[in-house]
Amino acid sequence: MTKYSNMTFMGYRRENGRVGVRNHVVILPVDDISNAACEAVANNVKGTLAIPHAYGRLQFGEDLDLHFRTMIGTGANPNVSAVVVIGIEPGWTGRIAEGIRGTGKRVAEFSIEQKGDLETVRAASWTAKEFVHFSTELRREECGVSELWISTKCGESDTTTGLGSCPTVGNMYDKLLPEGITGFFGETSEITGAEHICRKRAVNEEVGGRWYEMWQAYQDEVIFAHQTDDLSDSQPTKGNIEGGLTTIEEKALGNLEKIGRTSRYVDILGPAEQPASGAGLYFMDSSSAAAECVTLMAAGGAVVHTFPTGQGNVVGNPIVPVIKITANPRTVRTMGEHVDVDVSGILRREMTIDEAGEALIDMIRRTANGRHTAAEALGHREFSMTKLYRSA
Amino acid sequence: MSNPTPNEIPHLLVHERADNVGVVVVEGLTAGTNMLCCVTHDNSTFRLTAETDVPIGHKIALIDLKTGDTAIKYGEDIGKVIVGVSRGGHVHTHNLKTKRW
Repeated sequence: MTKYSNMTFMGYRRENGRVGVRNHVVILPVDDISNAACEAVANNVKGTLAIPHAYGRLQFGEDLDLHFRTMIGTGANPNVSAVVVIGIEPGWTGRIAEGIRGTGKRVAEFSIEQKGDLETVRAASWTAKEFVHFSTELRREECGVSELWISTKCGESDTTTGLGSCPTVGNMYDKLLPEGITGFFGETSEITGAEHICRKRAVNEEVGGRWYEMWQAYQDEVIFAHQTDDLSDSQPTKGNIEGGLTTIEEKALGNLEKIGRTSRYVDILGPAEQPASGAGLYFMDSSSAAAECVTLMAAGGAVVHTFPTGQGNVVGNPIVPVIKITANPRTVRTMGEHVDVDVSGILRREMTIDEAGEALIDMIRRTANGRHTAAEALGHREFSMTKLYRSA
Repeated sequence: MSNPTPNEIPHLLVHERADNVGVVVVEGLTAGTNMLCCVTHDNSTFRLTAETDVPIGHKIALIDLKTGDTAIKYGEDIGKVIVGVSRGGHVHTHNLKTKRW
């Protein structure tokens, strides 16, 4: 027993047993050309949330699989109580609706061809309204800490993230993973420079070996296939360099602080893939771009995201609360409205990493109970699909 | 090693004893400042004079670094020195580069 073993929060238990911390009725477009109908439904029916995005047409192969997995995973996320799916034609619309229905939650599907936007919006609005009545009568119930699926990804990193905010997340994982939570980290390209260390953080050599193959494939297929003289001004980013990070190695070592001292990952996941090996920490093959990475981890089932930032990344997500942690006193001073957990005391040696981890766990509990994060209060709902290659 | 005077805030943090660069953690650090430096791994402290103005988050050399030397942070290799920098000097993209590309 530790001080966290009896920690509870008030969450929404879904039909499949998973627990959510938000209660969204989502209006989900299958494709870019169905965004307008979804936004019209969300405008008609208050308490619903449209999630417009840029893709879903003429994709094929692995890229199409990822599209479906992201759409289905988003609808299936326990922070979502019910889903209206709208697509241009019934085939792919039905496939996504069916995938979400696997969770047992309420799903309705509508397609636009042979009806038009207006008739589709009319019919979908009636259903969306019923879903809002259903959803708003659901009540939060007490849930154990082990029900939490917590993801992490840092952004606009600088040298203070490696000193303060990333070790804060690492300390949280070191404390909560033993309590049975499920965790996610990723950012494949951003491990470059610390791949020898990340490989050893697997639960065993077999998993570490598979992790290394995945990392190497990303190098070969993405980085080396398209590189100019380096990572094309992307790693480190301009913001990273402004913040004092010089090399990809330095950035990667700071990044890896997010998995703490003792945590080991139990398996690796493809982008937007849901964990299937039980509780524990997972590495998800993912972009290091903030909105893309958070979107993929949310589709994988994470219900709370912890986001260390140095220079001040302002990202949010439509369905998952994104908790911002910073140790940079200038960022606290100049953009404090984006900061949920201020750990700048670490740099002043007024706060230990252990105390910072505790402060983050307290904010996770409060956020799970319903406290809106800075990103939620400021309306940040970035939803960015990862695309693997050009459409047909 | 000197203990920091009570309530004195460090100017520079160093991850590991093996590191040869540290990170400025205060805003507006000016040349000539007698910095209080703290190694976060064991909380040991030392003093070092900043050679130039260095922005918060940027690195300072803890020893003289020659072209071709390896910069060490987190106790790990973070790249090679491409222009020599003396103890107390600013270390960044103008004098340090990854060995990878």
